[in-house]
Amino acid sequence: MPTITTLPSFDAAINRFDPVMGMEVHVELGTTTKMFCGCSTEFGAEPNAQVCPTCLGLPGSLPVVNRVAVESAIRIGLALNCRIAEHCRFARKNYFYPDMPKNFQVSQYDEPIAFDGWTDVTVDTDDGARVFRIGIERAHMEEDTGKSLHVGGATGRIHGASHSLLDYNRAGIPLIEIVTKPIEVPPALAPAVARAYVTELRELIRALGVSEARMELGQMRCDANVSLKPTGASSFGTRTETKNVNSLRSVERAVTYEIRRQAAALDSGTAIVQETRHWHEDTGETTAGRVKEEAEDYRYFPEPDLVPVAPARDWVEQLRGTLPEPPAARRSRLQAEWGFTDLEMRDVVNAGAVGLVEETIAAGADAAGAKKWWLGVVARTANERGAGIDEVGITPADVARVQTLIGEGTLNDKLARQVVEGVLAGEGSPDEVVTARGLAIVSDDAALGTAVDGAIAAMPDVAEKIRGGNMGAVGALIGAVMKATGGQADAKRVRELIVERLSG
Amino acid sequence: MSAPELTRRTAAELAALVASGETSAVEVTRAHLDRVAAVDTTADGGPGVHAFLHVAAEEALAAAAEVDAQRAAGERLGPLAGVPLALKDVITTADMPTTAGSRILEGWRPPYDATVARALRAAGLVILGKTNLDEFAMGSSTENSAFGPTRNPWDLTRIPGGSGGGSAAALASFQAPLAIGTDTGGSIRQPAAVTGTVGVKPTYGGVSRYGLIACASSLDQAGPCARNVLDTALLHSVIAGHDPLDSTSIDQPVPDVVGAARRGADGDLSGLRVGVVKELGGEGYQPGVEARFHEAVELLGKLGADVVEVSCPHFEYALPAYYLILPSEVSSNLARFDAMRYGLRVGDDGTRSAEEVMTMTRGAGFGAEAKRRIILGTYALSSGYYDAYYGQAQKVRTLVARDFAAAFEQVDVLVSPTTPTTAFPLGEKVDDPLAMYKNDLCTIPSNLAGNASASFPCGLADEDGLPVGLHVMAPVLGDDRLYRVGAAVEQALVAEWGGPLLDQAPAWETS
Ligand SMILES: [Zn+2]
Repeated sequence: MPTITTLPSFDAAINRFDPVMGMEVHVELGTTTKMFCGCSTEFGAEPNAQVCPTCLGLPGSLPVVNRVAVESAIRIGLALNCRIAEHCRFARKNYFYPDMPKNFQVSQYDEPIAFDGWTDVTVDTDDGARVFRIGIERAHMEEDTGKSLHVGGATGRIHGASHSLLDYNRAGIPLIEIVTKPIEVPPALAPAVARAYVTELRELIRALGVSEARMELGQMRCDANVSLKPTGASSFGTRTETKNVNSLRSVERAVTYEIRRQAAALDSGTAIVQETRHWHEDTGETTAGRVKEEAEDYRYFPEPDLVPVAPARDWVEQLRGTLPEPPAARRSRLQAEWGFTDLEMRDVVNAGAVGLVEETIAAGADAAGAKKWWLGVVARTANERGAGIDEVGITPADVARVQTLIGEGTLNDKLARQVVEGVLAGEGSPDEVVTARGLAIVSDDAALGTAVDGAIAAMPDVAEKIRGGNMGAVGALIGAVMKATGGQADAKRVRELIVERLSG
Repeated sequence: MSAPELTRRTAAELAALVASGETSAVEVTRAHLDRVAAVDTTADGGPGVHAFLHVAAEEALAAAAEVDAQRAAGERLGPLAGVPLALKDVITTADMPTTAGSRILEGWRPPYDATVARALRAAGLVILGKTNLDEFAMGSSTENSAFGPTRNPWDLTRIPGGSGGGSAAALASFQAPLAIGTDTGGSIRQPAAVTGTVGVKPTYGGVSRYGLIACASSLDQAGPCARNVLDTALLHSVIAGHDPLDSTSIDQPVPDVVGAARRGADGDLSGLRVGVVKELGGEGYQPGVEARFHEAVELLGKLGADVVEVSCPHFEYALPAYYLILPSEVSSNLARFDAMRYGLRVGDDGTRSAEEVMTMTRGAGFGAEAKRRIILGTYALSSGYYDAYYGQAQKVRTLVARDFAAAFEQVDVLVSPTTPTTAFPLGEKVDDPLAMYKNDLCTIPSNLAGNASASFPCGLADEDGLPVGLHVMAPVLGDDRLYRVGAAVEQALVAEWGGPLLDQAPAWETS
């Protein structure tokens, strides 16, 4: 396959072609046990410590459906405005791979538990926020595979590896796969809509409490299907499926890249091959994976070891009653409560900090203060560490406490920042950091008096001006005191002490 | 009591002897182990019955000693406590290898007991060992076992049926009074018929499949085998019941099979409506089989049953439908044998990829019949062929179930011969799979529909002096009806014969 060296710009690409997208998102459910057995789903155990005959696919073992997983699937379906099947079956998807214990995956094929729904996503445009309705084709249940670790190669991929290690702890963890209908939006907005959809879905999943949906841990995995058709054409072009696009930013970048790459290929008269493609975070490119036709006959048939799932209608309605406020409605409500501008709110949403800010405010902070910390030093730290904003070691309660300390006059903004950095560095709670680093504002007159006297002695000419009634010169003395106290002096008190001393 | 006497006893008698202290479970077990040693292979390694693939003498004696200790401690023993049993080697046991008759699982020790194995142990039954079968329970003669065929105790040159030939032959050669079989298309009933023993395929879902190595999941059913009807019923009640580990297990009370067997032994079938299935008889059936079957039908009438002929028009499509559904499920169920986690591994010399090792292992580890069915099933499920093959077969399956439903509106049980012929010579049909498949013509419909069925001895064919089975079919969860009919027929025939049919088997084993 010829390598395309120069790609048209995105704008050039969408001048000639309309992209059509389809998103397939896998969500690992946060159930305590696996989809078809009683093994723990806890992350981080020793390899192959959380396995049993069923999830290892040992001869004679049988699956039993996890009711909580079905419940989660139904709630996700309802939250996506789907219809819930009255009767649906599991199917076997047959293919050989060492990390598949049975060499078939129990999934749902032509009878998904939820189907035909939609969700609205909002994207910012030059003309303000626009809402797009994304159609949901289906949401179905399946089991995860194990993990292969390829050892001895340079890339961690199987190519060039000397051997592979298999960990089946993940095998059998319940997954929900959510598939959209074809997404056709104004071409220029396609990458942003893709990102907004995944963002919206992640928020919804978290609001439902069915998964933490942490993309960096693989709890939420995104495959992006992209095809192009000549501007204005009605029939779809050949699509590619870019696998494992596992951050919000990557979703946008991968879609953008695929649009440019396919445009280049079509421009040069090269047909698009229906294939899976690998996403490379580092280069921002996709490369060809396996060609679809070669390996796609999964020989699906109904899983004979399981009975059909037939959720009672009153159960479904009962679950409908447990749905949280839809994320969009929740955002509008919170924005109003917090008094944020559209721009401010968008920043909070994009940072994935809505819940954190909400909790911080609930713990006693004001809205502006809560936003400032989460979107400021915390977000930067998370970015540096390549971690989630909620996993850098600071809690909403910590942030609220810092705000309280500022309000009480114990900290000023500069000291507060050092306290937050201390918490992020794992030095303990805000109060512990204040004590350990000795960061509290000094308002004790004896200590401040010494510093004030020192400053007056060091700057007799300034002192003379003040004595002469030039109060504008006080700032210079305060600055000297602050410098001498490492910024910890209570500036207000320092001013009072200077004035007391020099207005005799 | 002498060992030969003990091995000739019924399971119910042995349990009573152990419970009363007239003998001990250890003594009973030892007698049967001695019998196994004497007849299963001969001293020079020549042809014995070869019912067992693994004899667990030590474990069996320990289990028996445990029963004796419980009795000594005054604990109440179950109705079959201390009775030895032969377990088909397709049911997992944590203390014995489980091979499914396949090279690919040779030496595999499962880390867990099947639910059936657990139930047997909990009831104090003594597992003597694991019995031979066609590889992954696919066959009608045990000739597909990777470890050599089992021989029919009535004639060592003939097949003992299959796939559960090992279990049936162990019973017929008095190596065990009880055995567990599994029945996917007749694998309990056909061996019972050709060895003169009793075999019951319970209602699908009546006995847990957890730990039963799957052949075809939607057809497989474990069931009891014995030399008489009451023993079979007692064993049935030990292994039946709901199992939360098997989603297809029925969560309903187990039919009173033991009560039915006792009532049936009164020999009164008045009020029972019996349907003779028109489509299961006539051309293609051995004359001696037909003759014994018609006598059995007459006998049912004499015992008070109303006998009518019933038509099940779709049964003629059952065999082809079965040979699409079964291989389809097999192709998927046997995919897990890939050398990655357990069992045979071939070609792993550090130079080959996982895919190559998988291919080589499966090539070396599966026998011809397993491969044939994997290929058939893979083809039938392929996109573009699914509707024409698997889809159509499922429709036939529905039609067969409707035939049964319609028939059971008219009658309480259906009857047919169990098999078209008596035991055929070893090797006769190994190269003719279609002829082999036809053995299961009468038994397959019940697997497709999931209803209960059984085979009971009804005499010997005139032309070869070999056993013939009466096949009785009952509705879903009508397992008790099988025992009522079987027990009534048994008491009449045993009276006529002057003893159990197996007393007429040649005494080849005395040495
Ligand atoms: Zn497990």
